[in-house]
Amino acid sequence: MEITLSHYLSVSAILFVFGVFGIFINRKNVITILMSIELILLSVNINMVAFSAFTGTISGQIFSLFILTVAAAEAAIGLAILVIYFRNRGSIAVEDINVMKG
Amino acid sequence: MLFTQMTFQAALPEYILAVVALGLVLMAAFTGESLGSRRLVKMIALLGYGFAFATTFILPSESQVIFLGLFKIDGFLVYMKGLVLIGAFFACWMVDEDWSDGVEKPEYQVLMMLATLGMLLMISANDLISLFMGLELQSLPLYVIAAMNTRSLKSSEAGLKYFLLGALSSGMLLYGASLIYGFSGSTQFGEIASSIAQNGASSGMIIGVVFLLSGLAFKVSAAPFHMWTPDVYEGAPTPVTALFAIAPKVAAIALLLNVTHFVFADIRLEWMQVIIALSVASMAVGAFGAIMQKDLKRMMAYSSIAHMGYALAGLAAGTQQGAAGVMIYMTTYIFMGAGTFSIILMMRRDGLPVQKLSDLAGLSSTHPYWAFGLMVFMFSMAGIPPLAGFFAKWYVFLAAVNAGLIPLAIIGVLTSVIGAFYYLRIIKLMYFEDVDQPLDTNAPTENIIILSVSLIVTILFLFIIGPLREWTYFAATNFPISGAL
Repeated sequence: MEITLSHYLSVSAILFVFGVFGIFINRKNVITILMSIELILLSVNINMVAFSAFTGTISGQIFSLFILTVAAAEAAIGLAILVIYFRNRGSIAVEDINVMKG
Repeated sequence: MLFTQMTFQAALPEYILAVVALGLVLMAAFTGESLGSRRLVKMIALLGYGFAFATTFILPSESQVIFLGLFKIDGFLVYMKGLVLIGAFFACWMVDEDWSDGVEKPEYQVLMMLATLGMLLMISANDLISLFMGLELQSLPLYVIAAMNTRSLKSSEAGLKYFLLGALSSGMLLYGASLIYGFSGSTQFGEIASSIAQNGASSGMIIGVVFLLSGLAFKVSAAPFHMWTPDVYEGAPTPVTALFAIAPKVAAIALLLNVTHFVFADIRLEWMQVIIALSVASMAVGAFGAIMQKDLKRMMAYSSIAHMGYALAGLAAGTQQGAAGVMIYMTTYIFMGAGTFSIILMMRRDGLPVQKLSDLAGLSSTHPYWAFGLMVFMFSMAGIPPLAGFFAKWYVFLAAVNAGLIPLAIIGVLTSVIGAFYYLRIIKLMYFEDVDQPLDTNAPTENIIILSVSLIVTILFLFIIGPLREWTYFAATNFPISGAL
Protein backbone atom coordinates (compact mmCIF):
# COMPACT_ATOMS: atom_id res chain seq x y z
CA MET A 1 0.00 0.00 0.00
CA GLU A 2 1.30 3.38 -0.91
CA ILE A 3 1.46 5.92 1.89
CA THR A 4 -0.10 9.16 0.72
CA LEU A 5 -0.49 12.61 2.18
CA SER A 6 -3.87 11.78 3.67
CA HIS A 7 -2.32 9.01 5.78
CA TYR A 8 0.10 11.47 7.31
CA LEU A 9 -2.68 13.97 7.89
CA SER A 10 -4.84 11.29 9.55
CA VAL A 11 -2.05 10.26 11.92
CA SER A 12 -1.38 13.87 12.82
CA ALA A 13 -5.09 14.62 13.33
CA ILE A 14 -5.43 11.57 15.61
CA LEU A 15 -2.39 12.65 17.64
CA PHE A 16 -3.76 16.17 17.87
CA VAL A 17 -7.10 14.90 19.16
CA PHE A 18 -5.30 12.64 21.68
CA GLY A 19 -3.37 15.67 22.88
CA VAL A 20 -6.47 17.83 23.31
CA PHE A 21 -8.36 15.04 25.06
CA GLY A 22 -5.35 14.38 27.23
CA ILE A 23 -5.61 17.93 28.50
CA PHE A 24 -9.35 18.00 29.08
CA ILE A 25 -10.15 14.49 30.25
CA ASN A 26 -7.05 13.90 32.36
CA ARG A 27 -7.90 14.55 36.02
CA LYS A 28 -4.75 13.26 37.66
CA ASN A 29 -1.44 14.88 37.04
CA VAL A 30 -0.11 18.07 35.50
CA ILE A 31 2.89 16.24 34.04
CA THR A 32 0.44 14.35 31.81
CA ILE A 33 -0.88 17.68 30.56
CA LEU A 34 2.66 18.78 29.68
CA MET A 35 3.08 15.54 27.73
CA SER A 36 -0.22 16.16 25.94
CA ILE A 37 0.99 19.62 24.92
CA GLU A 38 4.14 18.07 23.47
CA LEU A 39 1.94 15.59 21.61
CA ILE A 40 -0.04 18.45 20.05
CA LEU A 41 3.12 20.24 18.93
CA LEU A 42 4.57 17.05 17.46
CA SER A 43 1.37 16.31 15.57
CA VAL A 44 1.71 19.77 14.03
CA ASN A 45 5.28 18.90 13.05
CA ILE A 46 4.09 15.78 11.21
CA ASN A 47 1.60 17.97 9.36
CA MET A 48 4.25 20.52 8.49
CA VAL A 49 6.78 18.03 7.19
CA ALA A 50 4.18 16.05 5.24
CA PHE A 51 2.85 19.22 3.60
CA SER A 52 6.38 20.36 2.89
CA ALA A 53 7.17 17.15 1.03
CA PHE A 54 3.81 17.15 -0.73
CA THR A 55 3.87 20.77 -1.93
CA GLY A 56 7.60 20.72 -2.67
CA THR A 57 8.29 23.85 -0.61
CA ILE A 58 10.90 24.06 2.10
CA SER A 59 9.21 26.50 4.50
CA GLY A 60 7.23 23.76 6.26
CA GLN A 61 10.42 21.99 7.31
CA ILE A 62 11.92 25.27 8.53
CA PHE A 63 8.72 25.93 10.43
CA SER A 64 8.93 22.52 12.10
CA LEU A 65 12.47 23.30 13.30
CA PHE A 66 11.23 26.50 14.89
CA ILE A 67 8.34 24.59 16.50
CA LEU A 68 10.78 22.07 18.00
CA THR A 69 12.89 24.88 19.45
CA VAL A 70 9.91 26.70 20.92
CA ALA A 71 8.49 23.43 22.28
CA ALA A 72 11.73 22.89 24.20
CA ALA A 73 11.63 26.42 25.62
CA GLU A 74 7.97 26.01 26.50
CA ALA A 75 8.59 22.72 28.31
CA ALA A 76 11.44 24.30 30.29
CA ILE A 77 9.27 27.22 31.37
CA GLY A 78 6.33 24.95 32.14
CA LEU A 79 8.40 22.70 34.37
CA ALA A 80 9.91 25.71 36.14
CA ILE A 81 6.45 27.10 36.91
CA LEU A 82 5.36 23.62 38.02
CA VAL A 83 8.27 23.40 40.48
CA ILE A 84 7.33 26.77 41.99
CA TYR A 85 3.72 25.65 42.23
CA PHE A 86 4.70 22.40 43.92
CA ARG A 87 6.78 24.30 46.51
CA ASN A 88 3.76 26.39 47.45
CA ARG A 89 1.05 23.74 47.26
CA GLY A 90 2.83 20.46 47.98
CA SER A 91 0.92 18.68 45.21
CA ILE A 92 0.62 18.74 41.45
CA ALA A 93 -2.67 16.86 41.17
CA VAL A 94 -5.02 18.54 38.71
CA GLU A 95 -7.92 18.65 41.20
CA ASP A 96 -5.72 20.57 43.66
CA ILE A 97 -5.27 23.51 41.28
CA ASN A 98 -8.37 25.16 42.69
CA VAL A 99 -7.39 28.03 44.99
CA MET A 100 -9.13 30.39 42.60
CA LYS A 101 -12.44 29.23 41.17
CA GLY A 102 -12.75 29.96 37.51
CA MET B 1 20.58 42.63 0.39
CA LEU B 2 19.12 41.64 3.71
CA PHE B 3 20.30 44.59 5.80
CA THR B 4 20.06 47.99 4.23
CA GLN B 5 19.45 51.33 5.82
CA MET B 6 15.78 51.00 4.93
CA THR B 7 15.36 47.69 6.71
CA PHE B 8 17.27 49.05 9.67
CA GLN B 9 15.02 52.05 9.96
CA ALA B 10 11.77 50.12 9.53
CA ALA B 11 12.56 47.81 12.47
CA LEU B 12 14.09 50.47 14.72
CA PRO B 13 11.77 50.03 17.78
CA GLU B 14 12.45 46.29 17.76
CA TYR B 15 16.21 46.82 17.60
CA ILE B 16 16.08 49.27 20.50
CA LEU B 17 14.02 46.97 22.71
CA ALA B 18 16.17 43.92 21.88
CA VAL B 19 19.44 45.74 22.62
CA VAL B 20 18.14 47.33 25.84
CA ALA B 21 16.62 44.04 27.07
CA LEU B 22 19.82 42.09 26.48
CA GLY B 23 21.88 44.88 28.06
CA LEU B 24 19.59 44.81 31.09
CA VAL B 25 20.14 41.06 31.51
CA LEU B 26 23.87 41.70 31.92
CA MET B 27 23.33 44.74 34.09
CA ALA B 28 20.94 42.96 36.40
CA ALA B 29 23.38 40.05 36.70
CA PHE B 30 26.34 42.29 37.58
CA THR B 31 24.74 44.88 39.83
CA GLY B 32 22.63 42.51 41.93
CA GLU B 33 19.28 43.14 43.59
CA SER B 34 20.00 46.25 45.66
CA LEU B 35 17.46 49.06 45.63
CA GLY B 36 19.77 51.34 43.63
CA SER B 37 20.30 48.70 40.97
CA ARG B 38 16.55 48.07 40.71
CA ARG B 39 15.92 51.80 40.27
CA LEU B 40 18.60 52.00 37.58
CA VAL B 41 17.21 48.98 35.70
CA LYS B 42 13.72 50.46 35.77
CA MET B 43 15.01 53.85 34.61
CA ILE B 44 16.87 52.31 31.66
CA ALA B 45 13.83 50.21 30.76
CA LEU B 46 11.65 53.32 30.76
CA LEU B 47 14.16 55.12 28.54
CA GLY B 48 14.10 52.12 26.20
CA TYR B 49 10.31 52.22 25.86
CA GLY B 50 10.47 56.00 25.46
CA PHE B 51 13.06 55.86 22.68
CA ALA B 52 11.26 53.01 20.94
CA PHE B 53 8.03 55.03 21.08
CA ALA B 54 9.80 58.10 19.72
CA THR B 55 11.11 56.11 16.76
CA THR B 56 7.59 55.06 15.77
CA PHE B 57 7.17 58.64 14.51
CA ILE B 58 9.97 58.23 11.96
CA LEU B 59 8.83 54.80 10.76
CA PRO B 60 7.61 54.72 7.16
CA SER B 61 3.83 54.93 6.93
CA GLU B 62 3.56 53.40 3.44
CA SER B 63 3.49 49.63 3.25
CA GLN B 64 6.91 47.95 3.19
CA VAL B 65 7.86 44.29 3.40
CA ILE B 66 11.39 43.54 4.55
CA PHE B 67 13.57 40.66 5.83
CA LEU B 68 12.71 38.33 2.94
CA GLY B 69 9.00 38.87 3.45
CA LEU B 70 8.94 38.05 7.16
CA PHE B 71 8.30 41.54 8.45
CA LYS B 72 5.82 44.17 7.34
CA ILE B 73 5.39 47.77 8.29
CA ASP B 74 2.60 50.19 7.37
CA GLY B 75 0.62 53.03 8.92
CA PHE B 76 -1.80 50.77 10.78
CA LEU B 77 0.94 48.58 12.23
CA VAL B 78 2.97 51.61 13.31
CA TYR B 79 -0.07 53.02 15.10
CA MET B 80 -0.65 49.75 16.98
CA LYS B 81 3.04 49.53 17.87
CA GLY B 82 2.84 53.02 19.32
CA LEU B 83 -0.14 51.97 21.46
CA VAL B 84 1.65 48.85 22.72
CA LEU B 85 4.71 50.91 23.64
CA ILE B 86 2.60 53.48 25.53
CA GLY B 87 0.93 50.62 27.42
CA ALA B 88 4.25 48.94 28.22
CA PHE B 89 5.69 52.29 29.35
CA PHE B 90 2.80 52.79 31.78
CA ALA B 91 2.95 49.20 33.03
CA CYS B 92 6.70 49.51 33.61
CA TRP B 93 6.40 52.86 35.32
CA MET B 94 3.73 51.61 37.75
CA VAL B 95 6.14 49.11 39.28
CA ASP B 96 7.24 50.25 42.71
CA GLU B 97 10.82 49.16 43.49
CA ASP B 98 10.05 48.96 47.21
CA TRP B 99 7.55 46.16 46.93
CA SER B 100 8.12 42.59 47.87
CA ASP B 101 5.69 40.71 45.62
CA GLY B 102 8.28 39.55 43.12
CA VAL B 103 7.87 42.31 40.55
CA GLU B 104 10.55 44.45 42.18
CA LYS B 105 13.24 42.06 40.94
CA PRO B 106 15.29 43.40 38.03
CA GLU B 107 14.54 40.36 35.89
CA TYR B 108 10.89 41.38 35.85
CA GLN B 109 11.81 44.42 33.75
CA VAL B 110 13.89 42.26 31.41
CA LEU B 111 11.08 39.76 30.89
CA MET B 112 8.54 42.51 30.38
CA MET B 113 10.71 44.14 27.75
CA LEU B 114 11.19 40.83 25.93
CA ALA B 115 7.42 40.31 25.99
CA THR B 116 6.95 43.79 24.54
CA LEU B 117 9.47 42.98 21.83
CA GLY B 118 7.42 39.86 21.03
CA MET B 119 4.27 41.99 20.82
CA LEU B 120 5.92 44.36 18.32
CA LEU B 121 7.18 41.44 16.25
CA MET B 122 3.80 39.73 16.14
CA ILE B 123 2.13 42.99 15.10
CA SER B 124 4.59 43.24 12.21
CA ALA B 125 4.37 39.56 11.26
CA ASN B 126 3.99 38.94 7.54
CA ASP B 127 4.59 35.20 7.55
CA LEU B 128 3.16 32.32 9.59
CA ILE B 129 6.64 31.62 10.97
CA SER B 130 7.26 35.16 12.18
CA LEU B 131 3.68 35.26 13.51
CA PHE B 132 4.37 32.15 15.60
CA MET B 133 7.79 33.30 16.79
CA GLY B 134 6.50 36.74 17.76
CA LEU B 135 3.53 35.23 19.57
CA GLU B 136 5.76 32.85 21.53
CA LEU B 137 8.28 35.57 22.36
CA GLN B 138 5.33 37.46 23.81
CA SER B 139 3.73 34.50 25.61
CA LEU B 140 6.72 32.79 27.22
CA PRO B 141 7.86 35.80 29.32
CA LEU B 142 4.23 36.49 30.24
CA TYR B 143 3.84 32.94 31.63
CA VAL B 144 6.89 33.57 33.80
CA ILE B 145 5.88 37.00 35.08
CA ALA B 146 2.38 35.76 35.96
CA ALA B 147 4.14 33.43 38.43
CA MET B 148 6.66 36.13 39.42
CA ASN B 149 5.71 36.10 43.09
CA THR B 150 7.29 32.74 43.80
CA ARG B 151 6.21 32.71 47.46
CA SER B 152 2.52 33.18 46.70
CA LEU B 153 0.31 30.18 45.98
CA LYS B 154 -2.14 32.32 44.02
CA SER B 155 0.53 33.78 41.79
CA SER B 156 2.08 30.41 40.97
CA GLU B 157 -1.35 28.94 40.31
CA ALA B 158 -2.09 31.86 37.98
CA GLY B 159 1.18 31.21 36.16
CA LEU B 160 0.46 27.48 35.88
CA LYS B 161 -3.07 27.97 34.55
CA TYR B 162 -1.93 30.64 32.11
CA PHE B 163 0.88 28.41 30.90
CA LEU B 164 -1.26 25.28 30.41
CA LEU B 165 -4.07 27.03 28.55
CA GLY B 166 -1.65 29.28 26.66
CA ALA B 167 0.33 26.30 25.43
CA LEU B 168 -2.91 24.61 24.32
CA SER B 169 -3.88 27.73 22.38
CA SER B 170 -0.45 27.89 20.74
CA GLY B 171 -0.96 24.29 19.70
CA MET B 172 -4.34 25.07 18.14
CA LEU B 173 -2.90 28.10 16.37
CA LEU B 174 -0.04 26.00 15.01
CA TYR B 175 -2.36 23.24 13.80
CA GLY B 176 -4.34 25.90 11.95
CA ALA B 177 -1.13 27.38 10.55
CA SER B 178 -0.02 23.95 9.30
CA LEU B 179 -3.32 23.44 7.46
CA ILE B 180 -3.18 26.94 5.95
CA TYR B 181 0.36 26.28 4.82
CA GLY B 182 -0.55 22.91 3.39
CA PHE B 183 -3.55 24.11 1.42
CA SER B 184 -1.94 27.29 0.08
CA GLY B 185 1.64 26.07 -0.36
CA SER B 186 3.26 29.02 1.33
CA THR B 187 3.70 30.54 4.77
CA GLN B 188 3.90 34.11 3.44
CA PHE B 189 0.79 36.20 4.05
CA GLY B 190 0.84 37.76 0.59
CA GLU B 191 1.11 34.41 -1.18
CA ILE B 192 -1.57 32.82 1.01
CA ALA B 193 -3.88 35.73 0.09
CA SER B 194 -3.18 35.37 -3.64
CA SER B 195 -3.60 31.59 -3.44
CA ILE B 196 -7.04 32.10 -1.88
CA ALA B 197 -7.88 34.73 -4.51
CA GLN B 198 -6.97 32.35 -7.35
CA ASN B 199 -8.17 28.96 -6.15
CA GLY B 200 -10.82 29.89 -3.61
CA ALA B 201 -10.74 28.38 -0.16
CA SER B 202 -10.85 24.61 0.25
CA SER B 203 -12.50 23.13 3.33
CA GLY B 204 -9.04 22.29 4.72
CA MET B 205 -8.14 25.96 4.48
CA ILE B 206 -11.36 26.99 6.27
CA ILE B 207 -10.65 24.52 9.09
CA GLY B 208 -7.14 25.95 9.34
CA VAL B 209 -8.49 29.50 9.52
CA VAL B 210 -10.92 28.53 12.30
CA PHE B 211 -8.10 26.91 14.32
CA LEU B 212 -5.88 29.96 13.80
CA LEU B 213 -8.65 32.31 14.88
CA SER B 214 -9.35 30.17 17.97
CA GLY B 215 -5.70 30.39 18.97
CA LEU B 216 -5.70 34.17 18.53
CA ALA B 217 -9.08 34.52 20.30
CA PHE B 218 -7.43 32.89 23.29
CA LYS B 219 -4.74 35.56 23.30
CA VAL B 220 -7.31 38.38 23.26
CA SER B 221 -9.34 36.42 25.89
CA ALA B 222 -12.52 36.37 23.84
CA ALA B 223 -15.24 34.01 25.13
CA PRO B 224 -15.42 30.97 24.94
CA PHE B 225 -11.61 31.02 25.24
CA HIS B 226 -11.62 33.31 28.27
CA MET B 227 -11.37 30.69 31.08
CA TRP B 228 -7.86 31.73 32.09
CA THR B 229 -8.54 35.46 32.32
CA PRO B 230 -10.27 35.86 35.72
CA ASP B 231 -7.89 33.50 37.51
CA VAL B 232 -4.75 34.99 36.01
CA TYR B 233 -5.91 38.55 36.66
CA GLU B 234 -6.75 37.70 40.27
CA GLY B 235 -3.68 35.63 41.07
CA ALA B 236 -0.89 37.50 39.31
CA PRO B 237 0.82 40.39 41.16
CA THR B 238 -1.12 43.59 40.43
CA PRO B 239 1.52 45.30 38.23
CA VAL B 240 1.56 42.14 36.10
CA THR B 241 -2.24 42.23 35.86
CA ALA B 242 -1.96 45.85 34.76
CA LEU B 243 0.43 44.82 32.00
CA PHE B 244 -1.87 41.92 30.94
CA ALA B 245 -4.83 44.26 30.84
CA ILE B 246 -3.11 46.85 28.66
CA ALA B 247 -0.46 45.76 26.21
CA PRO B 248 -0.91 42.12 25.01
CA LYS B 249 -4.58 42.65 24.14
CA VAL B 250 -3.67 45.51 21.81
CA ALA B 251 -0.98 43.45 20.11
CA ALA B 252 -3.20 40.39 19.74
CA ILE B 253 -6.12 42.34 18.32
CA ALA B 254 -3.76 44.08 15.87
CA LEU B 255 -2.54 40.67 14.73
CA LEU B 256 -6.13 39.42 14.45
CA LEU B 257 -7.05 42.45 12.34
CA ASN B 258 -4.01 42.02 10.14
CA VAL B 259 -4.67 38.32 9.58
CA THR B 260 -8.40 38.64 8.91
CA HIS B 261 -8.44 41.87 6.90
CA PHE B 262 -5.28 41.28 4.91
CA VAL B 263 -4.62 37.55 4.50
CA PHE B 264 -8.18 36.26 4.52
CA ALA B 265 -9.82 39.30 2.93
CA ASP B 266 -11.35 37.12 0.20
CA ILE B 267 -13.05 34.65 2.51
CA ARG B 268 -14.45 37.16 4.95
CA LEU B 269 -17.93 35.66 4.85
CA GLU B 270 -16.42 32.55 6.46
CA TRP B 271 -14.37 34.19 9.22
CA MET B 272 -17.00 36.85 9.91
CA GLN B 273 -19.31 34.18 11.35
CA VAL B 274 -16.57 33.06 13.73
CA ILE B 275 -15.78 36.62 14.81
CA ILE B 276 -19.47 37.47 15.30
CA ALA B 277 -19.92 34.40 17.51
CA LEU B 278 -16.81 35.32 19.53
CA SER B 279 -17.98 38.91 19.85
CA VAL B 280 -21.50 38.06 21.08
CA ALA B 281 -20.18 35.44 23.51
CA SER B 282 -17.55 37.83 24.91
CA MET B 283 -19.98 40.69 25.37
CA ALA B 284 -22.45 38.40 27.17
CA VAL B 285 -19.85 36.63 29.36
CA GLY B 286 -18.21 39.94 30.24
CA ALA B 287 -21.47 41.61 31.19
CA PHE B 288 -23.02 38.75 33.19
CA GLY B 289 -19.82 37.32 34.65
CA ALA B 290 -18.76 40.58 36.30
CA ILE B 291 -21.99 41.08 38.23
CA MET B 292 -21.27 38.52 40.93
CA GLN B 293 -17.58 39.35 41.45
CA LYS B 294 -16.29 40.59 44.79
CA ASP B 295 -12.66 40.92 43.76
CA LEU B 296 -11.77 44.11 41.91
CA LYS B 297 -9.11 42.50 39.70
CA ARG B 298 -11.49 39.64 38.83
CA MET B 299 -14.14 42.18 37.92
CA MET B 300 -11.63 43.97 35.69
CA ALA B 301 -10.95 40.63 34.00
CA TYR B 302 -14.61 40.26 33.02
CA SER B 303 -14.65 43.91 32.05
CA SER B 304 -11.74 43.32 29.68
CA ILE B 305 -13.50 40.26 28.20
CA ALA B 306 -16.48 42.51 27.47
CA HIS B 307 -14.24 45.19 25.97
CA MET B 308 -12.69 42.61 23.66
CA GLY B 309 -16.22 41.64 22.61
CA TYR B 310 -16.95 45.24 21.61
CA ALA B 311 -13.64 45.55 19.75
CA LEU B 312 -14.42 42.28 17.92
CA ALA B 313 -17.77 43.77 16.88
CA GLY B 314 -15.80 46.37 14.92
CA LEU B 315 -13.59 43.62 13.53
CA ALA B 316 -16.62 41.56 12.52
CA ALA B 317 -17.74 44.38 10.22
CA GLY B 318 -14.84 43.40 7.97
CA THR B 319 -14.48 46.89 6.54
CA GLN B 320 -11.88 49.64 6.73
CA GLN B 321 -14.30 51.60 8.86
CA GLY B 322 -14.45 48.66 11.29
CA ALA B 323 -10.66 48.50 11.43
CA ALA B 324 -10.51 52.21 12.23
CA GLY B 325 -13.16 51.67 14.93
CA VAL B 326 -11.03 48.95 16.51
CA MET B 327 -8.01 51.29 16.48
CA ILE B 328 -10.00 54.00 18.27
CA TYR B 329 -11.35 51.41 20.72
CA MET B 330 -7.90 50.12 21.63
CA THR B 331 -6.63 53.70 22.06
CA THR B 332 -9.26 54.46 24.68
CA TYR B 333 -8.87 50.98 26.18
CA ILE B 334 -5.20 51.40 27.13
CA PHE B 335 -5.77 54.77 28.78
CA MET B 336 -8.84 53.58 30.75
CA GLY B 337 -6.97 50.41 31.75
CA ALA B 338 -3.79 52.23 32.77
CA GLY B 339 -5.75 54.74 34.82
CA THR B 340 -7.88 52.13 36.59
CA PHE B 341 -4.91 49.94 37.42
CA SER B 342 -2.87 52.89 38.68
CA ILE B 343 -5.63 53.32 41.28
CA ILE B 344 -5.87 49.59 42.09
CA LEU B 345 -2.09 49.60 42.63
CA MET B 346 -2.35 52.46 45.11
CA MET B 347 -5.02 50.67 47.19
CA ARG B 348 -3.18 49.52 50.31
CA ARG B 349 -4.09 49.18 53.93
CA ASP B 350 -1.27 49.23 56.50
CA GLY B 351 1.19 48.83 53.64
CA LEU B 352 -0.43 45.65 52.26
CA PRO B 353 -2.25 45.63 48.93
CA VAL B 354 -6.02 45.09 49.04
CA GLN B 355 -8.21 44.26 46.07
CA LYS B 356 -11.75 43.61 47.28
CA LEU B 357 -14.61 45.71 45.98
CA SER B 358 -15.68 46.37 49.58
CA ASP B 359 -12.33 48.08 50.21
CA LEU B 360 -13.53 50.89 47.97
CA ALA B 361 -16.39 51.82 50.33
CA GLY B 362 -16.37 55.51 51.14
CA LEU B 363 -13.29 56.21 49.04
CA SER B 364 -14.65 59.65 48.13
CA SER B 365 -14.31 60.95 51.69
CA THR B 366 -10.77 59.66 52.29
CA HIS B 367 -9.27 59.93 48.79
CA PRO B 368 -11.40 62.32 46.72
CA TYR B 369 -9.02 62.41 43.74
CA TRP B 370 -8.78 58.62 43.40
CA ALA B 371 -12.54 58.32 43.73
CA PHE B 372 -13.07 60.97 41.07
CA GLY B 373 -10.60 59.23 38.75
CA LEU B 374 -12.17 55.81 39.23
CA MET B 375 -15.62 57.32 38.71
CA VAL B 376 -14.55 58.83 35.38
CA PHE B 377 -13.01 55.53 34.21
CA MET B 378 -16.07 53.54 35.25
CA PHE B 379 -18.41 55.96 33.47
CA SER B 380 -16.13 55.82 30.45
CA MET B 381 -16.05 52.01 30.40
CA ALA B 382 -19.82 51.95 30.72
CA GLY B 383 -19.94 54.17 27.63
CA ILE B 384 -21.42 57.35 29.07
CA PRO B 385 -20.93 60.39 26.80
CA PRO B 386 -18.90 62.60 26.51
CA LEU B 387 -16.12 60.35 27.85
CA ALA B 388 -13.67 58.34 25.74
CA GLY B 389 -15.46 54.99 26.07
CA PHE B 390 -18.58 56.41 24.46
CA PHE B 391 -16.77 57.40 21.25
CA ALA B 392 -14.99 54.06 21.13
CA LYS B 393 -18.27 52.13 21.31
CA TRP B 394 -19.89 54.59 18.89
CA TYR B 395 -17.33 53.95 16.15
CA VAL B 396 -17.31 50.14 16.43
CA PHE B 397 -21.11 49.91 16.48
CA LEU B 398 -21.33 52.43 13.63
CA ALA B 399 -19.05 50.21 11.55
CA ALA B 400 -21.09 47.11 12.48
CA VAL B 401 -24.37 48.81 11.48
CA ASN B 402 -22.90 50.08 8.20
CA ALA B 403 -21.78 46.54 7.40
CA GLY B 404 -25.34 45.30 7.92
CA LEU B 405 -24.69 43.65 11.29
CA ILE B 406 -27.60 45.38 13.02
CA PRO B 407 -28.45 42.48 15.42
CA LEU B 408 -24.81 42.44 16.59
CA ALA B 409 -24.92 46.17 17.33
CA ILE B 410 -28.22 45.76 19.22
CA ILE B 411 -26.78 42.95 21.35
CA GLY B 412 -23.74 45.13 21.98
CA VAL B 413 -25.82 48.04 23.21
CA LEU B 414 -27.92 45.74 25.42
CA THR B 415 -24.89 44.09 27.03
CA SER B 416 -23.29 47.48 27.65
CA VAL B 417 -26.45 48.49 29.52
CA ILE B 418 -26.11 45.34 31.66
CA GLY B 419 -22.40 46.08 32.06
CA ALA B 420 -23.20 49.58 33.29
CA PHE B 421 -24.70 47.94 36.40
CA TYR B 422 -21.39 46.78 37.82
CA TYR B 423 -19.53 49.90 36.82
CA LEU B 424 -22.13 52.06 38.54
CA ARG B 425 -22.04 49.79 41.60
CA ILE B 426 -18.41 50.81 42.14
CA ILE B 427 -19.38 54.48 41.97
CA LYS B 428 -22.17 53.85 44.48
CA LEU B 429 -19.69 52.10 46.80
CA MET B 430 -17.25 54.98 46.64
CA TYR B 431 -19.70 57.85 47.02
CA PHE B 432 -22.67 56.60 49.01
CA GLU B 433 -21.28 54.16 51.57
CA ASP B 434 -19.42 54.69 54.79
CA VAL B 435 -15.74 54.10 55.30
CA ASP B 436 -15.02 50.87 57.16
CA GLN B 437 -11.24 51.01 57.43
CA PRO B 438 -9.56 53.81 55.48
CA LEU B 439 -6.86 52.98 52.95
CA ASP B 440 -3.32 54.32 53.24
CA THR B 441 -2.92 57.86 51.99
CA ASN B 442 0.67 57.82 50.76
CA ALA B 443 0.87 57.05 47.05
CA PRO B 444 3.78 56.82 44.60
CA THR B 445 4.10 59.90 42.39
CA GLU B 446 4.28 57.73 39.25
CA ASN B 447 0.80 56.37 39.80
CA ILE B 448 -0.64 59.83 40.37
CA ILE B 449 0.95 61.02 37.11
CA ILE B 450 -0.36 58.00 35.16
CA LEU B 451 -3.78 58.54 36.72
CA SER B 452 -3.75 62.23 35.76
CA VAL B 453 -2.61 61.61 32.17
CA SER B 454 -5.24 58.91 31.67
CA LEU B 455 -7.89 61.15 33.21
CA ILE B 456 -7.01 64.01 30.88
CA VAL B 457 -7.16 61.74 27.83
CA THR B 458 -10.44 60.14 28.94
CA ILE B 459 -12.21 63.42 29.73
CA LEU B 460 -10.85 65.48 26.83
CA PHE B 461 -11.19 62.68 24.26
CA LEU B 462 -13.96 64.80 22.81
CA PHE B 463 -11.37 67.20 21.43
CA ILE B 464 -8.92 64.68 20.00
CA ILE B 465 -11.49 62.36 18.41
CA GLY B 466 -11.61 64.50 15.22
CA PRO B 467 -7.92 64.26 14.27
CA LEU B 468 -7.75 60.70 15.66
CA ARG B 469 -10.63 59.70 13.39
CA GLU B 470 -8.86 61.14 10.33
CA TRP B 471 -5.65 59.39 11.33
CA THR B 472 -7.19 55.98 11.95
CA TYR B 473 -9.35 56.12 8.81
CA PHE B 474 -6.24 56.93 6.80
CA ALA B 475 -4.24 54.13 8.45
CA ALA B 476 -7.06 51.65 7.78
CA THR B 477 -6.77 52.28 4.03
CA ASN B 478 -3.82 49.85 4.15
CA PHE B 479 -6.31 47.00 4.22
CA PRO B 480 -7.56 45.70 0.87
CA ILE B 481 -11.16 45.41 2.13
CA SER B 482 -13.27 48.50 1.64
CA GLY B 483 -16.92 49.50 1.77
CA ALA B 484 -19.93 47.42 2.72
CA LEU B 485 -20.46 43.87 1.59
